Amino acid sequence: MSESLIEESIISRPTYGALKIVPGLAHYFLADASGAECVIRVVQELPRDMMEKVHILYVPTPGETALITSLYALGANRFEHFPTIDDAVAKLGEWLSDAKMGSQLYLAGTEGLVGQGVAKGEACGLDHTAVQCEHRGSLARRVQCVHCKTMIEDVTTQPVKCPSCDLLLLVRDHYSRRLAAFQGGCINAEDPSEEIEIKEVFK
Amino acid sequence: MTIQFKDETFRGDFTYANSPSNIPRFPFPFPEDEYMYSTNIEPHHAARAGSPFENAFDVDEHYVAEMKDRALVLAEDPGRCQALPHMETAGWDFLELVMVSKARDYPDLFKLTMDGDRWHWINKPLQIDDTFTFGDSSTLPCHPMEYIGRQVQGDHAILDQRDGNLWMDAGIITAQADWSLDFDIGMNFFEWHAPVPLAHELGVFQRALKFLLTLPQGQPSRRLNWTLTVNPRLDTSPENYPKWGPDKLTVTPENIGEKIHLRVELQTFWRLPRSNAILFPIRTYLMAMNEVVTQPKWARRLHRVMRDLRPELVDYKGLSRYHPILVEWLSQFDDGAPTSPGIFPD
Repeated sequence: MSESLIEESIISRPTYGALKIVPGLAHYFLADASGAECVIRVVQELPRDMMEKVHILYVPTPGETALITSLYALGANRFEHFPTIDDAVAKLGEWLSDAKMGSQLYLAGTEGLVGQGVAKGEACGLDHTAVQCEHRGSLARRVQCVHCKTMIEDVTTQPVKCPSCDLLLLVRDHYSRRLAAFQGGCINAEDPSEEIEIKEVFK
Repeated sequence: MTIQFKDETFRGDFTYANSPSNIPRFPFPFPEDEYMYSTNIEPHHAARAGSPFENAFDVDEHYVAEMKDRALVLAEDPGRCQALPHMETAGWDFLELVMVSKARDYPDLFKLTMDGDRWHWINKPLQIDDTFTFGDSSTLPCHPMEYIGRQVQGDHAILDQRDGNLWMDAGIITAQADWSLDFDIGMNFFEWHAPVPLAHELGVFQRALKFLLTLPQGQPSRRLNWTLTVNPRLDTSPENYPKWGPDKLTVTPENIGEKIHLRVELQTFWRLPRSNAILFPIRTYLMAMNEVVTQPKWARRLHRVMRDLRPELVDYKGLSRYHPILVEWLSQFDDGAPTSPGIFPD
């Protein structure tokens, strides 16, 4: 089962299930360190002769090797790891551009990684029913500043200061799948002199 | 009927105002003395000569000034006009609907001549005289949605229909009540309404979507929505919140009549013929409290609606900072007399 701690919220805020292999001509996986064990859990259940249909992309935490070894040992047709989510998602785009009808996409890990995987899948024409997501790890959010449009990664505080325009942003639950980001809007625009305490809330 | 177009601003010195003759035609949004959400949709039939419901796309004295304000917004922030790649046909549908309707309803202002695919469009108020090939975007200076969107009052969203849902896949949005097209583009009906409180639980959006999915061609519908805005500012976008948010602190009991504006959206819904998309015009009308209270029925009713507004709505509509002084100010116009049903002034 998913171990996500996400509370019930507004409708645009995504919710996540647990990865489960469904019939498909190819199975694409994208995970970070918090989602690696989800990939291992479902792939090791597969019969050996299905491994040629499995393609895995991985974003390790810096310096970590044990999970790379475990993922490699699964024996997938392709296994590649990248230092950043951006690089891994770009590679996913390359792989999906050659993908055939009936391909399945599995995403596991932090919300930033899952969201960007979903957006890439959609951009490559994958139907949403062919994409599965499992959330693991931190609740850190990817946030778009609605004022200057800067993307802010790994936001753990409420509010958060935009590194580009310096406004103090309220991180909303309103979420765009296309941008793979939550919306951030100025929290004290009406009275900029208002002091607001910054708290760590997305852990 | 000749309309005298006003030279006025919606920013900076805020010279926008309604002429006395324009006040009674304001689409006052409250048919009763209390307000709660409802799926208040009715057929967009021609109603009441002189009212904003008389024509398909109402043109009033603010037309030219509003189009100038739109051009300013788009020059600063081109992201206010966006269309996903599959929405070009819908853009042409929108262009056709507006040109045909305006040329029919305001023949002294607009003229459309069609020779097969060669169309000749004259917009006298904006001094536009263009010939183009319908369906060929290379014969227009920009996307068809942007071209016509710069010539019609109100914001326009175009909703694609698929998978039993509506998708916000295109729009030209420069006069919005605090929502971002750039953020919401590509969302479905429930997703882009997600931040609205209470209404989901009341089933309002489920009913509205069910209605819209079966909207037939040639039978447009309409509804009114409202909020309040400090100063007659059209561009109350989230992008520019730091520019208009501080206005709320400028409201005092002395200036409330000129500062606070009732902001009404005449929303209409049109099935488009080629794309099967829905055109969703959101036409904003602004009226200062001092202008509203010239109509005694509206003054009484607005006091009662504001006094009894649910706290969640006061908060969602962003009225918290001045709501108490507004209710107090409006109370001087309410003698307790009954009001007649419906939105039109007595």
